[in-house]
Amino acid sequence: MDRVLLVASTFCFLLGFAYTMFAFGAGRYRPSRFNFGVISLGFAFQTAFLFMRGHEIGSCPLTNLFEVFIFLSWSMVLLYLLIGTAYRLSLLGAFTSPLVFIFQTFALIAPIDTPMHARVMHSAWLELHAAISIIAYGAFALAGVAGVMFLVQERQLKTHQLRSFFFHLPPIHDLSVAINRLLLTGFALLTIGLLAGFAVRIDWVKVSWGIGVWLIYGAILQAEKWKRVSPRRVAQLAVAAFTITLSTLWGLNFISAPNHL
Amino acid sequence: MTVLCFGLSHQTADVALRERFAIAEHELGEAAHRLGSFDGIGEAVIVSTCNRVEFYAAADEPERGLAALRQFVSERAAADAGAFSSFYKIDGAQSVRHLFRVVCGLESMVLGETEILGQVKKAYSIAVEHGSTARHLNKLFQRAFNVAKEVRTKTNITRGSVSVGSVAVDLAERIFGRLNTCKVMILGAGETSEQTARALLSRGAKSILVSNRSYDRAAALAAEMGGAAIHFDHWDKNFDEIDILVSSTAAPHAIVTRDKLAPVMQARRDRPLFIIDLAVPRDVEAAANKLEGVYLYDIDSLRTLSEQSLAIRRQDLAICEKMIDRHVAEFSEWLGRLGSEAVEARDLPIGARVSQS
Repeated sequence: MDRVLLVASTFCFLLGFAYTMFAFGAGRYRPSRFNFGVISLGFAFQTAFLFMRGHEIGSCPLTNLFEVFIFLSWSMVLLYLLIGTAYRLSLLGAFTSPLVFIFQTFALIAPIDTPMHARVMHSAWLELHAAISIIAYGAFALAGVAGVMFLVQERQLKTHQLRSFFFHLPPIHDLSVAINRLLLTGFALLTIGLLAGFAVRIDWVKVSWGIGVWLIYGAILQAEKWKRVSPRRVAQLAVAAFTITLSTLWGLNFISAPNHL
Repeated sequence: MTVLCFGLSHQTADVALRERFAIAEHELGEAAHRLGSFDGIGEAVIVSTCNRVEFYAAADEPERGLAALRQFVSERAAADAGAFSSFYKIDGAQSVRHLFRVVCGLESMVLGETEILGQVKKAYSIAVEHGSTARHLNKLFQRAFNVAKEVRTKTNITRGSVSVGSVAVDLAERIFGRLNTCKVMILGAGETSEQTARALLSRGAKSILVSNRSYDRAAALAAEMGGAAIHFDHWDKNFDEIDILVSSTAAPHAIVTRDKLAPVMQARRDRPLFIIDLAVPRDVEAAANKLEGVYLYDIDSLRTLSEQSLAIRRQDLAICEKMIDRHVAEFSEWLGRLGSEAVEARDLPIGARVSQS
């Protein structure tokens, strides 16, 4: 049953993605209720899936890479629903849908949903650490998405080649503010997540990796605060940092298991 | 009952003739009320803008209605036969289509402009206030506003900007979002730069600095726009505080170079600079656009963008016409149904009419 919910959720994001592609292709993209509706429905299915999975395993559903991908996707959509509408960044959803669709499709197809009953989290601190950290990565993912939007819009402005969606992408100033806030949100959450991780028996590989990610984002935020980098560079760094974080997540899962402190 | 439209526009009459028949906004209500009381006219709405003067009426018989419209116009403006040759007289589905095209901006001087919709809405609400409309024109105008909304939402007919000034403002908003924190500098007080600066101010730009070779001219323009004048020799000293530069000097060579801008942009990495170069020969070196945070548009690129917008609008013309056709057919069907009901009601015996009502 829980997989059916996940397939339904993935289908919703596919619909959102397809609608965006079709509308862009036809040159008449408009932020629509349809897009917002399918994203909200997809989110509802995700939430139901995570609830059922958590109920089934008796802990926060973050016990294997499959669940991590779904929780990460859920975090991204949650943050989009909270932040996207508040900052008039409705198109963020159009850019988020494909990423969530790819994450969830990968999670459904790849053989990563292996039962890990031995590692089920029984500590509340560990659950807090894992959940907060993944939500932080969701914020970083969304910052990366906003970064892509910034770079697309900035390129159009620089080259004077304005496509039909130019008028629907937010101003680069607004995108820059959103990236900064998402990075700050992610950084604050990751800090809390890491602190919660220190309170329990920890896996030193995961913690080192977490500290590495924390340092990368901390450096970006500091450079931005001291005005050492331009908004365009911050957008590029947000995309690059999330790409690095995501690409190392897979390998981390394999090498971290035998390294509990 | 049929719908009539009698009027003239920029397509059929020059400005002198349009002025002669124009009706001031404060007179519209009374005029519509009076027109509605003419024999042969059931309901009336008058639309009077700088580009068109149109009289819409609901009449039982087209010929009588048109004659009444002609008489009304004649009385108001002492029109002769020559003046009437510039008027169009349309009825039935054609007049419905005409109104729908007008509110969608398809009959406007600038294709897809949206100001006309507000003007027609105003004219209609004045007519409603003065009691010169009833079932037919109410339904017609409500439907026209729906058509305009649908066309605006589902097509690109209002997309982009089609004048240099409005393109510049659109670009500024895509860079800075709201302009209420933006400082603008005009370098060289030409007509286009002044219009562009005014457009930026009208969209909320925070303040304006004016620099011109003639300081007196700069001071006068600054006073007019509520800004400050600066001496032409010192304009670059204020560079750090501005967000938008509108340049149109008569300098024979570039006065803003990449080398001059580079240190300024280094110091303001987090703040973009939008440069609108309206001068020919250009005031700003093209290479300046390569600097991080600089968005440089010259007069040619602005014109190209406005032409692109117009081309996009033209592409969607056929889609708009299809939408309008559908609404005209639906409205005509409704009007026909209403007519049949009226005939049936009239043909019924008196007792049956009372029981039906």
